[in-house]
Amino acid sequence: MVTASRALARIDSAARAAPGLLRRVFGVAEQTLDDLLDRLMGERFDERMQRVPMALGAAGVDPFGMDPQWARYALTTIGLLHRRYFRTEVHGIENVPEGRILLVANHSGQVPIDGALIGASMFMDAEPPRIVRAMVEKWAVSLPFVSLLFARVGQVVGVQENAKRLLDQGEALLVFPEGAKGISKTFDKRYKLSEFGLGFMRLAIETGTPIVPVAVVGAEEQYVSIANVETLAKLLRMPAFPIIPQLLLPGGQLPLPTKYRIWFGEPMRFTGDPDDDDAVMDEKVWLVKQTIQSMLNRGLKERAHIFW
Amino acid sequence: MAAANATRASRGKRSRAASPAPRAGAVLVTGVCGRLGKGLVRVLHRERRVVGVDRRAFADKPKDIEHAQVDLRRTKLKDVFRNNEIEAVVHLGVMHDPRASAADHHSWNVAGFSKLLEYVSQFHVPKLVVLSSANVYGPQPSNPQFLGEDAPLLGGQNFSDIRDLVEVDMLAQSFFWKLPETETVILRPVHILGRVHNAPSNFLRLNPILTVMGFDPMTQVVHQSDVVHAIDLALRPGIRGIFNLAGPEPVPLSTLIKILGRQRLSVPYSLARMALRRLWSLRLTTFPPPELDHIRFVCMVDDRRARQILGFTPGMSLEETVRSVDLGRW
Repeated sequence: MVTASRALARIDSAARAAPGLLRRVFGVAEQTLDDLLDRLMGERFDERMQRVPMALGAAGVDPFGMDPQWARYALTTIGLLHRRYFRTEVHGIENVPEGRILLVANHSGQVPIDGALIGASMFMDAEPPRIVRAMVEKWAVSLPFVSLLFARVGQVVGVQENAKRLLDQGEALLVFPEGAKGISKTFDKRYKLSEFGLGFMRLAIETGTPIVPVAVVGAEEQYVSIANVETLAKLLRMPAFPIIPQLLLPGGQLPLPTKYRIWFGEPMRFTGDPDDDDAVMDEKVWLVKQTIQSMLNRGLKERAHIFW
Repeated sequence: MAAANATRASRGKRSRAASPAPRAGAVLVTGVCGRLGKGLVRVLHRERRVVGVDRRAFADKPKDIEHAQVDLRRTKLKDVFRNNEIEAVVHLGVMHDPRASAADHHSWNVAGFSKLLEYVSQFHVPKLVVLSSANVYGPQPSNPQFLGEDAPLLGGQNFSDIRDLVEVDMLAQSFFWKLPETETVILRPVHILGRVHNAPSNFLRLNPILTVMGFDPMTQVVHQSDVVHAIDLALRPGIRGIFNLAGPEPVPLSTLIKILGRQRLSVPYSLARMALRRLWSLRLTTFPPPELDHIRFVCMVDDRRARQILGFTPGMSLEETVRSVDLGRW
């Protein structure tokens, strides 16, 4: 038993620690890939990365498990999507104040590319660059590799304690108050905000954090979902089970190359008692929701075409 | 090792300077023959009278320690309280043996502890320190990164065998209001590493170390001598309440393995669970299958209370703490 597992481990570690030559080839490839990406993007990622304040421990990761090395790779990849594939237009990013903020955005597009692109614009287009921490569904944390990737690139489980701790550290937090309902919207409900949760408002009031409303235009059309089969979703313990016809076409697995437009609004500040009745919270949340909806409407009106 | 000794020596001085003049009353330590218990009494007996209670024999006992070889559930325990002036009880005698039956666990941990609590209240012992564990919170995907002392104790949710440990913690909590004149302290340390034979230390002694493919949770560990130090601090008058205990800063599980320089075998979760179940039923492993969750999900604690109120700072570095599992394996 022990020898068998030792042998397995040896294979495992042999695969891990590739022989010198291979590693050098990979090293060169890594270097050229880095250069290529940098040249392709025309920006210095390392320089921007160094300007992001991070509380790193001895192992090179922060207490939430974010590794700047991983974050850099993730941001480079997303940056490529941001600049080349979705050709994001960013408006009003100068509205984002320094210090702790709560970015509140509409959620859409079946796959959370919207969150990634908001993160990319906060890193690549904002001055100084910031790393956005999003709150992810606990379901994602129970998936292998996904949980690891999310943790290493700075995403945290969406619970109040985590949010408070991050805001206390002065981080930028991204929340989607629509939650899974929002992202799995069918095509006929596009750009109509579904119900907002109240948690983010209580959090903002309790920690005295300004809310920056964010409207993302372009994500709804990347995957066209015609239905959401809830019974199947429940059966598979997934948050949603969208029916996306384009997945059956060759190459349709990729999101459609729509043009993204991200609008950052003026920061909104709220005061009061964080433990107030839902009715009182509802009014404040309604204000945020309406702001985002009108930003969305304006964005849609000004948009010349879905794809360019 | 030299550095470790130096820290220990300086700590000894520190705690001696901090503690008031020696008092007549004795400290009763249950489970004294465990590795942690032995470590604790070696620190305590220099300053205070120590009475050890354990059903096992105390082999290399320091001369000035009294040892009562008593089962916690027996009425003989009462004699120990009657014959000594006990001014503090430290309860370490919690059974963690994964192979013992549920009935044994329950009768030892819950019934035994209830007996102990009965005597604490009957003999008006002013101080009770209970060593619980951060495992009572349980590793869950929905856990906040740092669990506060008020987080729900869900450890038994997916791992029913440790329900009695949760119950011990709850019993101790009920003492806060049942017997407010006794200063009750509950310590919930994260994975204790050292010479101890507990699951996390045994896990890190594996070669290769098993990991679950695609998971590398952040983990906290604490050295056994730091736990002993925390218990020493908790014995000071005026301290009461629940304290999470964590050692050095949290690191990914893979970093611990890297520090030890061991080989690593990562296996998909379903396969790992299947294999572990089979090995468990064949009695080839001491790790119950639900413990796999500890190497998948976070179960880390917020130790701000311990640092601020208890005045606890871990004396051991991360390297020392992790390497200690390989020291003197006796």
